[in-house]
Amino acid sequence: MESKVLLKMKNIHKSFPGVHALKAVDFELKAGEVHALLGENGAGKSTLIKVLGGIYTPDEGEIYIEGEKVEIKDVITAQKCGISIIHQELVLVPYMTVGENIFLGREPMKGKFVDRAKLHEEAQKLLDAYGMDIDAKTLVGKLPIAKQQMVEIVKAISYQSKILVMDEPTSSISDKEVSFLFDTMRTLTAKGVGIIYISHKMSELEEICDRVTVMRDGTYIATEVVRETTKDRLISMMVGRDLKNYYTRDYGNQGEVILKCENVADNNMVKGAGFELRKGEILGFAGLVGAGRSELMKCIFGLTKNYTGDIYLEGKKVNIKSPAEAIRHGIALVPEDRKVEGLYHIQSVKFNSTIEVLNKFIRFIFVDKNKEEQIAQNYIDMMSTKTPSTKQAVGKLSGGNQQKIMIGRWLATSPKILILDEPTRGVDVGAKSEIYSIINKLAKEGMSIIMISSELPEILNMSDRIYVMCDGKIAGCLGHEEATQEKIMKLAAK
Amino acid sequence: MDQVSKNKKSFITTFRESFTQWLKENLGIIIALLVLCLILSINPVTRNSFLTLKNVFNVLRQISSNLFLACGMTMVIILGGIDLSVGSVIALSGCIAAGAVSRYNLPLSVAVLMGLLIGLIIGMFNGLVISKTTIPAFIVTLATMNIAKGLAYVYTGGSPVRVVTKEWQFLGAGYVGIVPTPVIILIIVLIITSLIMNRTKMGRYIYAVGGNSMAARFSGIEVAKVKFFVHAYSGLMAGLAGVVLASRMYSGQPTAGEGAEMDAIAAVVVGGTSMSGGFGKIGGTIIGGLIIGVLNNGLNLLNVNSFWQYVVKGAVILLAVFIDYLKNRKA
Repeated sequence: MESKVLLKMKNIHKSFPGVHALKAVDFELKAGEVHALLGENGAGKSTLIKVLGGIYTPDEGEIYIEGEKVEIKDVITAQKCGISIIHQELVLVPYMTVGENIFLGREPMKGKFVDRAKLHEEAQKLLDAYGMDIDAKTLVGKLPIAKQQMVEIVKAISYQSKILVMDEPTSSISDKEVSFLFDTMRTLTAKGVGIIYISHKMSELEEICDRVTVMRDGTYIATEVVRETTKDRLISMMVGRDLKNYYTRDYGNQGEVILKCENVADNNMVKGAGFELRKGEILGFAGLVGAGRSELMKCIFGLTKNYTGDIYLEGKKVNIKSPAEAIRHGIALVPEDRKVEGLYHIQSVKFNSTIEVLNKFIRFIFVDKNKEEQIAQNYIDMMSTKTPSTKQAVGKLSGGNQQKIMIGRWLATSPKILILDEPTRGVDVGAKSEIYSIINKLAKEGMSIIMISSELPEILNMSDRIYVMCDGKIAGCLGHEEATQEKIMKLAAK
Repeated sequence: MDQVSKNKKSFITTFRESFTQWLKENLGIIIALLVLCLILSINPVTRNSFLTLKNVFNVLRQISSNLFLACGMTMVIILGGIDLSVGSVIALSGCIAAGAVSRYNLPLSVAVLMGLLIGLIIGMFNGLVISKTTIPAFIVTLATMNIAKGLAYVYTGGSPVRVVTKEWQFLGAGYVGIVPTPVIILIIVLIITSLIMNRTKMGRYIYAVGGNSMAARFSGIEVAKVKFFVHAYSGLMAGLAGVVLASRMYSGQPTAGEGAEMDAIAAVVVGGTSMSGGFGKIGGTIIGGLIIGVLNNGLNLLNVNSFWQYVVKGAVILLAVFIDYLKNRKA
């Protein structure tokens, strides 16, 4: 069955001062399909989406919706054309109820006043229609991220949208929530909605997408049917070369236990977890979002004041009360959310790279600027970070390069234990592969690495052993030979 | 010998580099300042009075108190906060210092130290509350602003504490050679503040906490200590301004420093420091303070009605910040 074409973008050009962001890009979306938009950071995906959403006007090119040529001048025109965009950062008002958010700006009125009863009733009907277990009267801020996303989707649908754009919707929700999201997407496509889906996760493509369009450096590369292509082919189209050895890992070479935790709990998310980390080992931590993995690491790194349980470093019991103390013990933590917990956005690459090791070049009021530059440059080279100079504001780098700066910052402290929380989230494929090979090299040199990740292929391919957490406890530990996706999910979802 | 000359050379190059950078970063407001000075130098009314050594020192003497406050305020604002208490601290520290001399006959040095100390204590109190709780700096310092002002009135009973000791005037109204003492103190304070912000670990920590306090926590920076230090420093600067001002006016006055916090904030903001924190330089603040000082002076020389002076000052502040906004939007 040939379904009708909902959207056609032809020969789209868009330039910014100094950058030709889109060069003759074509894109087509059919009714009832999920069409993935794939490309590394900076490939032009978000620019294309912003053109579609009326945030940017294209310099050249045509847009057709259901065969009719349209000019999307602004966000309101886009909405009228039936286009809804769900951004990566959710844009709901946290202090308003779910219903109020859904009908924001077009509330049902009773005379001069908002008819709140009707508003919530209507909203509830919509929520129920899509099988969403959400009360329309709850405050949005009290919902977990995944449910907020559902609210965004319902809000988009309530505008009678035919074209739905989802920008990395699964980057901050758990696998269970992802499968619910996918179910919702299938319900929508069955009703003839076309979905443009942006994601870095290749595994999701096979599961949910029908076709995929690959972009690179602002140009259109190809459109393929997902069932008829392979992951390797897509990756090589994205990066423009073959990525041999996507994962690099040399197993073996582990020493004695360097870190041991017993019955650690934080009176909240962590409910008595224990594990052992060996020298030169990569220890994977798998589990659903909310299983307490990041929170357990926060206890070890001194970010949680009142944890209970015992932590032993090289056989000696320690009581780590602050990150400064953890750093002195040779522990480093690259946090999960680099934007919020890691980067000083307006500060330079140099500032960001050296903030942990000021002692190496500042004595009282004497700053050794050469040494500072040298340290920053050293870790830029080591991580092969792409930046115009060490003076560049770190906020202007791509996600992958920002993450490399974060890892470099902590490597500068020469840690014995490196904790990486979601080290490749929002990082493009090329940089991911580079980060894997660096992690592998560090482990080979004897550094002990803990890697929390929600991407199972990453965990499976990199870890010596995998601890699976569930509800604040360790649900099990798997060696790398025996571990499979199924076994991990079984332990994680209990 | 070789090592020494090498160090000397590198010091000169470093200085030249930072000077060029300062010029580049503050070009807009430096031009604004120069234009302002130029207008006052060629205007027939002010031509003979503005560009005299006496008047230049006079302007510098007048802006010294504002720039003391602005030094602390720059740090506080870079930290993402605000310190509203500094104006009232001027009154309280001035009254206490003046009272120590005239009421209790304490030595001048002790009186000065008491004035500085009272500023430091209020600053430390601000810092303690702000770093240990999540109460916004705006609210905390709004409270201490009222407390300090109230205490100044309580202590003085509402009337000025006059000081007749001749030496008392040295700090505010005296001279070292031909240079007014407050100008000397100002230069020392500016150097110290600039060193703290640009060359110490604490300086980096201030930018880090102001830029992203959550990230600073993950970096192992003791955020509470940084906040405490900055507010204590701001209090100390206000104490200093109070003592110098009381010396200049031969008395501690409970009405002194009224609205001074706003002039300090204006100097900082005109100097390009971002109110959202994380960004700003003391070098910009100096220019900001000079613009406001020269403007006040020029308006006085031009005999502009003091009511209108407020209007002009407000317009200039808005204009300066607007130019900065245009510049940043382009970048």
